[in-house]
Amino acid sequence: MRPRLAPPTAIRGRVGDGVQRPDGLLKVRGEFPYSSDLQVEGMLWGATVRSPHPYARILSIDTAAARTMPGVRAVLTHEDVPGKNLYGLEFEDQPVLAHDFVRYWGEAVALVAADHPEQARRAAAKVHVEYQVLPPVVDPEQALSPGAPRLHPNGNLLRHVKIRHGEQAARADVVVKGEYEIGMQDQAPLGPESGLAVPDGEGGVDLYIATQWLHIDQQQLARVLGLPLEKVRLTMAGIGGAFGAREDLSMQAHACMLALKTGQPVKISYSRPESFVGHVHRHPGRLAYEHGADRDGTLVYVKARILLDGGAYASSSTAVIANATCFSAGPYRCPNATIDGLVVYTNNPPCGAMRGFGSVQNCYAHEAQMDKLAAALGMDPVELRIRNAMETGTEMITGQVIDGPVPVAELLRRVMSFSLPIGVEGRGEGTPLTSLPGGVSNTTHGEGVTRGVGYAAGFKNIGYSEGFDDHSTARVRLFVAGGKPRVEVHTAAAEVGQGMVMVQAQIAGSELGVNEIVVLNADTRIGSAGSSSASRQTYITGGAVKAAAEAVCKRVCEIAQSELYPANVLRIENDSVVGADGKPIVSLATLLGDEVIEETRTFHPRRTHHLDPETGQADAHMQFAFAAHRAVVDVDTELGLVKVVELATAQDVGMAINPLAVQGQLEGGAAQGLGLAVMEEILVKDGVIRNASFTDYLLPTILDMPPVRMDILELGDPNSPYGLKGVGEPPTISSGPAIVAAIRAATGRDITRVPVRPHDLTL
Amino acid sequence: MEFFQPATWSEALAMKAAHPEAMPIVGGTDVMVELNLDHRRPEAIIDLTRISELTQWGTDDGLLRIGAGVTYSQLINELGDRLPGLAIASRTVGSPQIRNRGTVGGNLGTASPAGDAHPPLLASDSQVELASTSGVRRLAVGEFFTGPKRNAMRKDELIAAFLVEPARGPQQFSKVGTRNAMVIAVCSFALAIDLERRRVGSGIGSAGPTPLRAIEAEEFIQGELDWENRARPSDATLRRFGELVAAAAKPIDDVRGTATYRRHALAVMARRCLEWAWAAA
Repeated sequence: MRPRLAPPTAIRGRVGDGVQRPDGLLKVRGEFPYSSDLQVEGMLWGATVRSPHPYARILSIDTAAARTMPGVRAVLTHEDVPGKNLYGLEFEDQPVLAHDFVRYWGEAVALVAADHPEQARRAAAKVHVEYQVLPPVVDPEQALSPGAPRLHPNGNLLRHVKIRHGEQAARADVVVKGEYEIGMQDQAPLGPESGLAVPDGEGGVDLYIATQWLHIDQQQLARVLGLPLEKVRLTMAGIGGAFGAREDLSMQAHACMLALKTGQPVKISYSRPESFVGHVHRHPGRLAYEHGADRDGTLVYVKARILLDGGAYASSSTAVIANATCFSAGPYRCPNATIDGLVVYTNNPPCGAMRGFGSVQNCYAHEAQMDKLAAALGMDPVELRIRNAMETGTEMITGQVIDGPVPVAELLRRVMSFSLPIGVEGRGEGTPLTSLPGGVSNTTHGEGVTRGVGYAAGFKNIGYSEGFDDHSTARVRLFVAGGKPRVEVHTAAAEVGQGMVMVQAQIAGSELGVNEIVVLNADTRIGSAGSSSASRQTYITGGAVKAAAEAVCKRVCEIAQSELYPANVLRIENDSVVGADGKPIVSLATLLGDEVIEETRTFHPRRTHHLDPETGQADAHMQFAFAAHRAVVDVDTELGLVKVVELATAQDVGMAINPLAVQGQLEGGAAQGLGLAVMEEILVKDGVIRNASFTDYLLPTILDMPPVRMDILELGDPNSPYGLKGVGEPPTISSGPAIVAAIRAATGRDITRVPVRPHDLTL
Repeated sequence: MEFFQPATWSEALAMKAAHPEAMPIVGGTDVMVELNLDHRRPEAIIDLTRISELTQWGTDDGLLRIGAGVTYSQLINELGDRLPGLAIASRTVGSPQIRNRGTVGGNLGTASPAGDAHPPLLASDSQVELASTSGVRRLAVGEFFTGPKRNAMRKDELIAAFLVEPARGPQQFSKVGTRNAMVIAVCSFALAIDLERRRVGSGIGSAGPTPLRAIEAEEFIQGELDWENRARPSDATLRRFGELVAAAAKPIDDVRGTATYRRHALAVMARRCLEWAWAAA
């Protein structure tokens, strides 16, 4: 029993081509089968009973009334978890179903499966849970105080990353200090958490699921379900966006438990409000910074304390705080640094991975500091940045010497060199409302509008860090079908919308010279690809596909050499084996006949190392990616409304495997950065989310997101496949800080909190 | 949940009389959200989309009588010249898809203080026509709103139409939201100037339990405006008008904004709307 999934299609194209995505047309037409569309005959629907309290002791759970409701097939609680009732990405601290305590508002407590989703929801409402409500810890500083309730056995401090680099008592001529606050952003993927679990009748289960990493789900599920890995098989279903929200388990274990219990397929698909409690969010943070510089603008030291609110469970908090700390000084040379990065447990919604992964929060702070420092020095803010820009061979504050191209100064020069859009004065009468702050809401016809320009640069790591064994496996199969050579690529890499399917096909196409490449749907029948996160998948899975395709190519050439022209240098082009002169010698169809050539390779990038726990010094990161942004904004200074007029960016992508997809990443990433800068915030009061809807959690529309002018550099990383660099996250890092810098320039206000709200600019 | 689909208006009224708890639906842009989010589970739904007269408009003794099923898109395209204030407000409603479905009748039925159509209806002294099997009555729109998401309808009534005078002078509408499109009002303001009767109407949205008029501000500015020569009011006059509008609001702090900001923004919008409108007079 298999649900309909997106059919694999033949893709033509080579590395460097702007191949159009095969799923694009289907998605635009509404025909793409997303995970929320999964269905099979006779499936049940699951619903989740959730905690109405941010912190409470569970006294009892009474499921009797729910069990007798119409259509109900199962009601499960923590007592029904077959294996270990704990899971987690970094370590296991989160129950599949709450057992003794609930630690956040919306935590899953019980499950219902019923014939119809409405029956399941009604029955869920009849599960009676008796709580002893406890005062929640909702402030991260409070979480660290000695008297705070201990939310987990090891206390509330999840991780403290220390960087002690250079002279700790360094002094400087010019010192600037600042405190910054970052609100809680949501990934807000349009596709809700959803999947379908199908029991195999032999104690195992097949799960069709939209996830960023099939194998880490599989590992966690096997432990939770008390099953060996091979009894828990995962197949990727259509993903409606991820951005970090699909790294943790959401409904995976719940659907599998209900399916195994009832012996029937069970689907769970969250509603929009449920989705807001169904995944982790970007960590809100408070950051206190001190920068010291010489009179000529040379940075002497950076001191910072970064406090992130991890919420109720760890998720990937410990890795996020490592990033926030390692990249806290920005892409600048800084000989001395004293940085303390802390992430704590609270009873707020759990936070974890989101595009930018710790480098977003600190970029707001270090870039505001650079502007403040420039003002204190009477220097141009871009000139100050260029003076301190990292270069090849710069030692980071973690002691790691950065190799490969490090074009920070060049990126800044390039965004500065774009001509500026026509100014406020130049627009005159008849300016369309859509180009003014407030847009069609008709709030200004030019009154009160001032313009500002701001700059920011940022960087982060690509791939996993701190000694994690980063790798991916690919299988490439070449055979002849219908008289034509056909290549199938199989990996477990998640196509989250970034274009991973195309990229794999383009790489296999380039290496094998075969025109039609089919990328099979991702599943756990092949080895792990790691997650589609950390901007790593094109590098790591791309590297695996390249290695496997090279191995297939080598075997084809060996066959050709042994059978045909042993003296010639051979390669494959346009479905034929060609000689050194590029002329076809024999078609692959003729050469291979019935032979199937299949190779599987696992690709590992260079290793990384653990941060020293006392000094934070180590070669902890594999690759670094850099971007810079310039933002031009118009602000209605009387109403506090902002129109981002233009974003310009420059980014080194090493090598654009698919330039069209790269442009998409630069635009989409900047839109997500803009969102955090001016509107996107999960509002949490006393541990409760107050805006769990797209009515009040606002995402940028086409009228909020300006055109992005971009300068894409391809400087080539000597260590990576094709010289490529990860692309997806840098656009989200410096775009927002550039916008906030522009708002500061337009208003003259010292803005220290994002998202910037109208009342921050007026009252 | 029962589903009724009357073919005629009298059939619809009979169904509403027989099922007073039934929820009428036309565009569904509010109702379907409420249903999907489980905020409401009415025992019955009356689908009014087959009743063609609801989507029509005409004149009635000098007034425009606009069927409750007329969409925002229709208002913009067909009545924008006669009802410019309502048309500006309609353009701020949702997305094109929502404007193609959503209706002023539905806006009135929901009676949210943030309903975008309400301030211009208040500013131009509109009436709401309510119908039941026992007859038809017309209510001034100011009397129609009785509280947050509450209105003066009886359970056996349906909204048939609203009635509004074609503009007798410039009208304006302005709305603050924290996004440049597709946003619920943090607060909004509507202004309608009647050059013949020398009257100014106002409407405040999303800054009180119901949409509000700023009576004192209206009276003040009627006395101040130079109706003969149409000279620009002084900055002090404009500012005073803004202050009086702000004073008429009864805002609260909520997830969309603070009370202080709402008052502040209303003062700015009122001043700007007046300036724009008077310049066009």
